[in-house]
Amino acid sequence: MDSTRTRKQLIADRVAGLSPSGIRKFFDLLASLEGVISLGVGEPDFVTPWRIREAAIYSLERGYTSYTSNYGLPELRKELANYLRCLYSIEYDPQGELLITVGVSEALDLALRAILNPGDEVIMPDPCYVAYSACVTLAGGTPVPVPTTVENGFAIRAADIESRIGVRTKALLMGYPANPTGAVLTRPELASICDVATKHGLIVISDEVYARLVYDIEHTSFPCLPGARENCILLGGFSKAFAMTGWRIGYAAAPREILEAMTKVHQYTMLCAPTVGQMAALEALRSGENDVVAMVEDYNQRRRLMVKGLNDIGLACYEPKGAFYAFPSIAATGLTSDQFAEKLLNEERVAVVPGSAFGSCGEGFVRCCYATAVPDIEEALRRIERFVKRHRMP
Amino acid sequence: MNEKILKVLEQNAKATPLQLATMTGVPVSEVKETIEQAERERVILRYKTVINWEKLGNERVMALIEVKITPQRGVGFDALAERIYRFAEARSVYLVSGTYDLAVLVTAGSMHEVANFVSQKLSPLEGVQGTVTHFLLKRYKEDGEILDGKEESHRLAVAP
Repeated sequence: MDSTRTRKQLIADRVAGLSPSGIRKFFDLLASLEGVISLGVGEPDFVTPWRIREAAIYSLERGYTSYTSNYGLPELRKELANYLRCLYSIEYDPQGELLITVGVSEALDLALRAILNPGDEVIMPDPCYVAYSACVTLAGGTPVPVPTTVENGFAIRAADIESRIGVRTKALLMGYPANPTGAVLTRPELASICDVATKHGLIVISDEVYARLVYDIEHTSFPCLPGARENCILLGGFSKAFAMTGWRIGYAAAPREILEAMTKVHQYTMLCAPTVGQMAALEALRSGENDVVAMVEDYNQRRRLMVKGLNDIGLACYEPKGAFYAFPSIAATGLTSDQFAEKLLNEERVAVVPGSAFGSCGEGFVRCCYATAVPDIEEALRRIERFVKRHRMP
Repeated sequence: MNEKILKVLEQNAKATPLQLATMTGVPVSEVKETIEQAERERVILRYKTVINWEKLGNERVMALIEVKITPQRGVGFDALAERIYRFAEARSVYLVSGTYDLAVLVTAGSMHEVANFVSQKLSPLEGVQGTVTHFLLKRYKEDGEILDGKEESHRLAVAP
């Protein structure tokens, strides 16, 4: 029997039809090279602060190794409710409106599976985080990308959202501060998006995992906007703010009815988030604030270094106000994002991620993560400068 | 005075005014002014390098000496502290609370030198009631730097 045919029968159409993440193919290339400086990561370069790790170790010593409630540890939900109240003056009931998940990734999956019927459409910015479109498809929905441009600082615009709303549109999924662009939406921009969503009865899934990493601007949490809370699923996590990516702890905050539905999926598929991670998250909320402030200041310094460096080289880079990514245009070279990333890696041993991995509107850009030690950023910039000089369009 | 500039310098004394300006978002002229003012007003005392001498097999001896002293009328502990900190062997001198009064950090070429310093210079001083000498056996962390076993990054080179 023909092997392609066998594979097709083996794997469900929905999964077979997904294209693998554009990021994956760089793994193989990277493995064969030495002396690579990677600006291709999507996580902090800080190790989790010791007081958090120490608390997790202590919890193991005391024997906290069993399941927790499906919703997550009650103390953690209580602290989380406090945290959201302090940061954004928003109220969520720890009993029934907060759910601790295995990273924001699981929370996103739960949100989509809880609200989508087959064929429901979900509007999302293009470019956006690699998983959005795939998760919508896996949940039976149809992703509807809305192009964003560098001229608008990669902010999704209310009018563009409205023009794509049809009878099947169920939700708007967005993540600001944004991966890969570093874009942040202002309060007025969010307010007009909120108006459109309310007018058309859309559920807004707001992925705010980078909320704490904003620079010289204040983060506005979507559900804080007047009238937004009732139709909003807020997703957040500990990975970026507290340098806890490997612990896999995130959360969802939503009105009771939606959260109950998400919890139903969570209890059958995941049961609960890892207990040791939840204990670490609890310590992070109780005592991690100083670490967050120190890390944000550190990122801000490197952000300025990276953005100035890229602009000086001739890779036009608007100022990203959040997350830890710079998203420069590579138009000066005339290369595609893929070519640029591959050649840069092979010729100068610097890894960046092609913008096209995040959607068609990311073409012509590359993502450079500045969560990297200052000397490495400086060396990477020197190498990129050499590369751009060689490949500059005549 | 812009503390952000000083904080970066405290970690990296080699940072140039241009680098400092980019990293802190402050104009170069203001960075230079801040540094000059800080040096003038002795907010910046010195630019130093943290060196792991043990890696070179350089056996320098360090000791922490507890010194119990009698405060003097009018000047308290200060006059005697000054007599002690003027010795070049005394790297750091602190007045501390607790069972003794001065903590004196001493560096020397050998244990013998430290012993000499304590017995011939420090102990005979008028007002010194007694000393306890602790020799440093191993340095784990110096000025916020972990000497060995510093945590390495285990990050994947590319991640979403």
